[in-house]
Amino acid sequence: MTMRPAHLKALEAESIHILREVAAQAVRPVLLYSIGKDSSVLLHLAQKAFYPAKLPFPLLHIDTKWKFRDMITFRDSTVRRFGVELRVHTNAEGLRQNINPFDHGSSYTQVMKTDALKQALTEGKYDFAIGGARRDEERSRAKERIFSVRGPGHTWEPKRQRPELWNLYNGNLAPGETLRVFPLSNWTELDVWTYIQAENIDVVPLYFAAERPTVMRDGQIIVVDDERMRFLPGETPETKLVRFRSLGCYPLSAAVDSPAATLEEIVTEMKNTRVSERAGRLIDQDQDASMEKKKREGYF
Amino acid sequence: MPDSLLRVLTCGSVDDGKSTLIGRLLFECGSIPDDVLVALERDSRRFGTVEGGTDYALLVDGLAAEREQGVTIDVAYRFFETPKRRFILADSPGHQQYTRNMVTGASNADFAVLLVDARKGLLAQTRRHAAIVSLLGIRDVVLAVNKMDLVGYGQAVFDAIVADFHALLDRLGPLSVTAIPVCARDGDNVTRPSTEMPWYKGATLLRALEEAEPRGRSLDVPFRMPVQYVNRPDHSFRGYAGTIEAGALRPGDTVVNTTSGTEAKIDRIVTMDGDRAEAERGEPVTLVLDREIDVSRGDVLAGQPLPALAGQIDAWVVWMDETPLFRGRAYQFMLGTKSVVGTIVDIATRLDVDSLTEIAVRELALNEIGRVSISLSHPVACEPYSDSRTLGGFVLVDRMTRNTVGAGMVTGIKPARSDLHWHRLDVDKSARALLNGQKSAVLWFTGLSGAGKSTIANLVEKQLLAMGRHTMTLDGDNVRHGLNRDLGFSEADRVENIRRIAEVSKLFVEAGLIVLVSFISPYRNERMLARDCVEEAEFLEIFVDTPVDECRRRDPKGLYQKADAGQIRNFTGVDAPYEAPLTPEIRLPTLEGSPEILAAKVIDALRSRGIIG
Repeated sequence: MTMRPAHLKALEAESIHILREVAAQAVRPVLLYSIGKDSSVLLHLAQKAFYPAKLPFPLLHIDTKWKFRDMITFRDSTVRRFGVELRVHTNAEGLRQNINPFDHGSSYTQVMKTDALKQALTEGKYDFAIGGARRDEERSRAKERIFSVRGPGHTWEPKRQRPELWNLYNGNLAPGETLRVFPLSNWTELDVWTYIQAENIDVVPLYFAAERPTVMRDGQIIVVDDERMRFLPGETPETKLVRFRSLGCYPLSAAVDSPAATLEEIVTEMKNTRVSERAGRLIDQDQDASMEKKKREGYF
Repeated sequence: MPDSLLRVLTCGSVDDGKSTLIGRLLFECGSIPDDVLVALERDSRRFGTVEGGTDYALLVDGLAAEREQGVTIDVAYRFFETPKRRFILADSPGHQQYTRNMVTGASNADFAVLLVDARKGLLAQTRRHAAIVSLLGIRDVVLAVNKMDLVGYGQAVFDAIVADFHALLDRLGPLSVTAIPVCARDGDNVTRPSTEMPWYKGATLLRALEEAEPRGRSLDVPFRMPVQYVNRPDHSFRGYAGTIEAGALRPGDTVVNTTSGTEAKIDRIVTMDGDRAEAERGEPVTLVLDREIDVSRGDVLAGQPLPALAGQIDAWVVWMDETPLFRGRAYQFMLGTKSVVGTIVDIATRLDVDSLTEIAVRELALNEIGRVSISLSHPVACEPYSDSRTLGGFVLVDRMTRNTVGAGMVTGIKPARSDLHWHRLDVDKSARALLNGQKSAVLWFTGLSGAGKSTIANLVEKQLLAMGRHTMTLDGDNVRHGLNRDLGFSEADRVENIRRIAEVSKLFVEAGLIVLVSFISPYRNERMLARDCVEEAEFLEIFVDTPVDECRRRDPKGLYQKADAGQIRNFTGVDAPYEAPLTPEIRLPTLEGSPEILAAKVIDALRSRGIIG
């Protein structure tokens, strides 16, 4: 374990404080586990916050059925290793209609992610949902509170956010309201990787460079994960040394050209990169202010 | 690798160029990735205000409404780092209507950058921002005089603004000020010295930020830790989890639970990385004590000298809700990890931000700042805000909407004195009630004018009397002739009216009586205030449920006729709302039964609750 820089200790302390507030104030909390690096850090912080007890809340994974195979393998081994309770939800109606990223574009995200999340939160009667979103990811996230109130139907009203002062988090809810809580709000992508390195936290192998079958589409590197991949005329998979900065559903998350195969190399690459993290998330670029719109509708 | 974290507030008036300054700072520190820059160029053409150039403000104005209107509405958090330090910028709006958002940004900041437009000099908003910065306990500020290009980079303009600002300091309290002339659009004196202003020899903004001291590092103060969470995985482990607010701690040290005064020694300081030999300010820990003492969330574990245990506090309050703050209103009061009911007992003055003087007032409106006294339902361990942000900063939460409606900074503490406590041992209300052969209770009849409240209450009282029970009736109209004859019908007076009725009911409850109150009491918030005066089982809200059309038809006092004719204004059910109880203990639908049947229903409820035998 390398030394943690002072600012990471401060960020860690803030996140643990927030997680403990959730446990103290919530009636039915849940941690949204998306398997990515931020979720790995969140889970690690939650272990620290409640040690030696087990987590006082279950994990919830919204499975679109289009996650990389490595992600599901990692999810299941993590759950076994930590002995945490995992609940998995898939939008059954969407699955029945075979809603998929190839045929349905952005409505796939709406049905299999946003709608599925709302269903799972409503069915589980969760009052607080903890997520790994960070304010540096996108500009509407930069405006969001740490304890962020959702109105009936899980909607977000950015102009009517509660004042949030000091380290006092108001988790009181009126009828029909729920809360999203973001303990990693003040972390950056570089902080996340530096912390993963310092604390030796396990992450999905897809973050490390390896030879993978790929195709190029609109300037983005798409990794071929299974036989469901649809090729355009003339496309044949080509093996490339690539890794992921951000993980989502496989045909929608682009890989980056990178030889970084260790945590040290990733941290170094992060310090020098000139490209944003979400550049590889194809869903964020379809329209201006698209994240704000999705968030208002209930997306994480 | 940066070795510290600095939290910086940036604030300025509309059009001072604050977002531009931050965008520029982020850009020049390399925090803006290339693909975001491409999007920025695109947005600049669409929404930008810089003719033919890149509008850096669009980097930080994140909400669609902000970009359309060209103003910052909510505080945005931005991050960047230099080889020396990692920064969290809280970029807050300047406009008065978003003061609550600025206060949110200021509450956690170590340092503030106040922006002024060189052409306009200090505005009322600048004074407001400086006052908020000072009230929120920020001691170091940079006064960034922006748009120097538009005044010909002149030193005289800069010097005059700086002199004006220094003149404010007498009234603001101790602020350490560094003034810097900048041109945010071009980056002059932001990260690199300006070639246009050779007369300025001081630091650039970035260097000033790198060299600022983070606040409060001293460990040489007594230990304080508000308990957040009791960690009890099984019977063999009981730990108190929290973040150390002040001081340091080692196993063997003695700590006191401030609420109860009981003492214990630290047995272990538990973390997932192993037990600690020492822990200090800012660290999240789980403490195991050497003996079992009663500790729960909201208690403060402390070393000597202990923090005060407040029964009432004086504070600066920033009001953040559309409904004004009145004397007599009660809110959820959150401080540290404690949550109690706080009742506003006095509003003394409002801070006039133009003159920075105080004016006597009776209420505080949205975005106003005033000196307020708050009485607390349970003792709260706290300290003046100037000593501790965590134990001196609090928020007020509306108990209906659950929103955060006010923020406060403790300036004075009246201890919860034991000699003011009720003596419960000798003759108390249960002793008196026992003598009366009953439990004391408040039967709170609420409903529209003409609903039948007094009729049913009278029948209930007659029956109780016939059964040999001891009762007392308070009627809204009658009380107004005596106790409350000094009160009118303004919102503030109405709140005071109900507060007095509730307090008088409480005294009768102490006397062991069954108190019958018939009172329109149209607002849930006010009925909740009355409920809070007594113990939970002692309060029965009785909703005399009669549709307004039926009340109007009955109109026993001819009031509806007058209200409909416009002779009475703010008449409940006509031109003022009635908020029906959502979960009353008893509901009496008068269309479904005679007053006698309904009165019998009340008597049955008193029996089933054990109030009468």
